Amino acid sequence: MNVKKQLKEGLLTQNPVLVQLLGMCSTLAITTSVANGLGMGVSVIIILTLSNIIISLLRKIIPNEVRIACFIIVIAGFVTCVQLLMKAFLPELDKSLGVFIPLIVVNCIILGRAEVFASRNTMGVSALDGIFQGLGYTAVLLVMCVFRELFGAGTLLGVRIMPESYTNMGLLTLPVGGFLCLGALIAAMQWGMNRADKKKSSGEKEAE
Amino acid sequence: MSITSLLAISLGAILTNNFIFSQFLGICPFLGVSKKIDTAVGMGAAVTFVMGLASAVCYGINSLLKLAGLEYMQTVAFILVIAALVQFVEMFLKRYIPTLYTALGVYLPLITTNCAVLGVALLNVQNNYNFIESVVYGITGGLGFLLAIFLFAAVREQLEFSDTPKAFEGFPIALVTAGLIALAFMGFSGLQVWPQ
Repeated sequence: MNVKKQLKEGLLTQNPVLVQLLGMCSTLAITTSVANGLGMGVSVIIILTLSNIIISLLRKIIPNEVRIACFIIVIAGFVTCVQLLMKAFLPELDKSLGVFIPLIVVNCIILGRAEVFASRNTMGVSALDGIFQGLGYTAVLLVMCVFRELFGAGTLLGVRIMPESYTNMGLLTLPVGGFLCLGALIAAMQWGMNRADKKKSSGEKEAE
Repeated sequence: MSITSLLAISLGAILTNNFIFSQFLGICPFLGVSKKIDTAVGMGAAVTFVMGLASAVCYGINSLLKLAGLEYMQTVAFILVIAALVQFVEMFLKRYIPTLYTALGVYLPLITTNCAVLGVALLNVQNNYNFIESVVYGITGGLGFLLAIFLFAAVREQLEFSDTPKAFEGFPIALVTAGLIALAFMGFSGLQVWPQ
């Protein structure tokens, strides 16, 4: 397992949101502004990396029957830390993310990576996996945030970008916009992967 | 607290602030278990039951935490209680109502990681609901989930036969459908029990 392959898997071929279809709730809910997306993405990267490290260290101690409960306790501990830190230092962000910060506990990405990766691999690789999968998640969040904030509200990070004459597409900042954006994004991903597959198979045919 | 306020909470949880379409809680099972109407309804019923129970139990846990001055342990305590609760419901159903147990199958344990359940417990605390309001919010929130997943499954069954572009096949078209239903649900916004 090398670093480059892991990075590519996290960002593209095994992207947690677009390919594994995990962590939908937060992706849809908080991508109305770039600030929210950044805050959520960074929190998830931190929590995912730390919980992957701890779980990979404990993987030989945790009995198989109660592993899910143990994973959840480790994750919930880190989520509480991040929640308290955010309340203390970034109270505004905490308010706008609201209930979705404590809900990182049940974000399937983190539990999924703990189960599939961290509980079977060594500490170093698991830490890298946490960072890269977290980056993949953040990248999707940012794409959706930029699109929805720029066209839905005409701003980026609260600064007006679009000319005054531009009429905001308010629909995009509503729940509907979230569903449609994510649908289109996943469709684009499938389209790209289909093309790549075709290229590969036709290349192989030519070689034959 | 009056009947009116309870009605207002129910109306909000089922229609105007539907857990799926306006709060985005519980999207994973909503998309995962909505390919057939009967499993979707089974899932919705189980979630409703667990949400009601979790609201009641977490209300008690929260008052205990407040007494002990440990409010910051909320998230950890709630998720543990919910996990234990789901396990308990599973054992109870297996022993006393085996038909329902087999019908729900693998979806029962998955309710632990349904964010609507933890979400309702946290929202109850955030909104300062009392015991009865919490339970009503939990149950009606679950009913809203049931309504959403039922409608969605009904559309999705037909979707199987439709001719979609290759890139949109499967998940993306389901998301677009969900978006359109959410658009329809926006028609409920502004609905009130008594117009003021």
